[in-house]
Amino acid sequence: MIRWLLGPIGLCLAAAQALAADPVTIGVGYLGVAGTRATLSLVEQPAENEGVAGAKLAIEDNNTTGKFLGQRFTLEEHRIREGEDPVQAASALAEKNGFIVADLPADALLKVADALRDRGTLLFNAGAIDERLREADCRANVIHTAPTRSMLADALGQYLVWKKWSRWLLVVGSHDEDKLYADALRRAATRFGAKIVQERTFEDKGGARRTDSGVTLIQRQMPVFTQQAPAYDVLVAADESEVFAAYLPYRTWDPRPVAGSAGLVPRSWDAAQDQWGATQMQNRFMKLNARRMSALDMQAWTAVRMIGEATSRTNSGDVKKVTDFIKGPNFEIAAFKGTRLTLRDWNLQLRQPILLVDGRMVVSVSPQEGFLHQVSELDTLGYDRPESKCKLK
Amino acid sequence: MLRAGLLAGLMLAATPAHAFVAYVSNEKSNTVSVIDTDSWTVTKTIKVGQRPRGIEFTRDGKFVMVAVGDDDTIQVIDAKAQAIVDTLPSGPDPELFTQDAAGKTLYVANENDNTVTVIDLEKRARLGDIQVGVEPEGMTISPDGKTLINTSETTNMAHFIDTSSRQIVANVLVDPRPRFAEFKHDSSELWVSSEIGGTVSVIDPGKHEVIGKVTFEIPGLRKEAIQPVGIGMTKDDKTAFVALGPANRIAVVDTATRKVTKYLLVGQRVWHMAFTPDEKYLLTTNGVSNDVSVIDVAAQKVIKTIQVGELPWGITIAP
Repeated sequence: MIRWLLGPIGLCLAAAQALAADPVTIGVGYLGVAGTRATLSLVEQPAENEGVAGAKLAIEDNNTTGKFLGQRFTLEEHRIREGEDPVQAASALAEKNGFIVADLPADALLKVADALRDRGTLLFNAGAIDERLREADCRANVIHTAPTRSMLADALGQYLVWKKWSRWLLVVGSHDEDKLYADALRRAATRFGAKIVQERTFEDKGGARRTDSGVTLIQRQMPVFTQQAPAYDVLVAADESEVFAAYLPYRTWDPRPVAGSAGLVPRSWDAAQDQWGATQMQNRFMKLNARRMSALDMQAWTAVRMIGEATSRTNSGDVKKVTDFIKGPNFEIAAFKGTRLTLRDWNLQLRQPILLVDGRMVVSVSPQEGFLHQVSELDTLGYDRPESKCKLK
Repeated sequence: MLRAGLLAGLMLAATPAHAFVAYVSNEKSNTVSVIDTDSWTVTKTIKVGQRPRGIEFTRDGKFVMVAVGDDDTIQVIDAKAQAIVDTLPSGPDPELFTQDAAGKTLYVANENDNTVTVIDLEKRARLGDIQVGVEPEGMTISPDGKTLINTSETTNMAHFIDTSSRQIVANVLVDPRPRFAEFKHDSSELWVSSEIGGTVSVIDPGKHEVIGKVTFEIPGLRKEAIQPVGIGMTKDDKTAFVALGPANRIAVVDTATRKVTKYLLVGQRVWHMAFTPDEKYLLTTNGVSNDVSVIDVAAQKVIKTIQVGELPWGITIAP
């Protein structure tokens, strides 16, 4: 027993190094939109601090490293309210912060990127998955840690084809982003040899996501909606708008698995991911934020860690130096995904494995075995260099 | 007990030259496999705590210490009885640890709270903590016992800690996700593997500088699959063996040129290794194929594969 009592005589020695000089301060801004969107599943309702919570953890991680190098990281958050000008908000953040992590819709992000271009601020797109931000509308001052729709769709497509579920019934929502996701899924089917046997549209006729006798009604609607389909292996739903996909599992007319926006879902990160040392990271996140870590949290964490990685490699807080290093050929970052993550130099998209998750477990991780590429297997996910329309300016 | 004694007696009679005992931690099974290096078979499987990883014999060969991370402790196995007899007060989530030459002080990397815990092995009491970088893992001590090395996986540094003052005296940046550190026996170099960076950094321990890097290239294998973790250095310091994780190979490195001379195909996701005391054999833990490969060190050939528990992680051989 005595040996236990002797225990916590903490020596807690501060690192003696690098404390002589004043630390260099590296300011990181976080720009998001106020309010959260409604999801069909109550448990998937995003937290108010989704995204910035990941940035906060990365700031802590960077500061632990920074104390050995004389670097100190700060985080300044701003949430844009309805009617507020994103450019003004971004410019205010850029006063003190050379780096801004953004979770903004595509149009707002482009406005901010163009407004901050001459100032030299480096932006990280942690939220928007739109293809056009990496293609025709790509920008030289925007790095993307969020995956694209095509990366997500390809990750799912590879797995479904590996599983030999190659006949897809595609159900598409009626909103623009649902249609964009459906485009990416059709592209994935063509690339990997799956067949879309039929497409159906689920019209959003309005209505509440929370009702008191919802289940009874849904149980009548969904089997009817999915009946009389040609023979298919898997129902693939494109419903980024959260209107119907989550209602489909266990309710299809034919007993078939559901994937896409519900069932088996492709994501950059999941609270269930515990491979490749991720448990430590999940524990740190939980301790700091008292909740589990989402994909957006991870995308923001990765952005801030990329900044920290570059400041420690260059031993500098200079925005230009750090930016050049991140965009340079020697940049790589570890992010608990079993492989190094690097930037696609033609459009500044972060290459990354994509997890396939069912809400409780990580079912698989793409790229799948056997999908080969001459440069990096991670480039089997999403638009590749030869197809790119991006000209970085 | 009687059976174990008889068995050991028989083995000694058979080939006294190399009858050693290896202990392998099986991360997923929550067991430790005991391997007899004469028959190359598993002679016993010991149930331990949750998530056993780092494993090492005490210097006197009487006990095996195994870090059971999810139980936040280090269990002590009596090597004779082959049963758990005690626990050590490590910090939360212990992963790898190292001990001084006398076997009196144990240093433990605690992944969850960025500390190295110092434990008095005789009193089995915790002496204190040293703050290090994010996710400390690799641990080794210089042959003269004066410098403790800890590597931190997300900070990407090798921390040099003075063992008498327990202060960090230097931090050397290495490639992403450093997992393991190993000194040359003559103290002239410290080798640190970077799992995600795909390299081994060679550090001058006096100058605290990276003076060279070992790189790996395997035809037909993508660069991302080459993930160096464990390092084994022969006693003459001439040859280093580096485990390359999902590349399923051990690289044989000429330490003079720092070039790979051969790749040995072992089991899947090879991480850690241990030499037999006579240095005739090198045993490696292959996580995904659930086995241990036996390498004939002189011939540089894999001669045997032994099935163990699920996700074998660490290995230690009785001195």
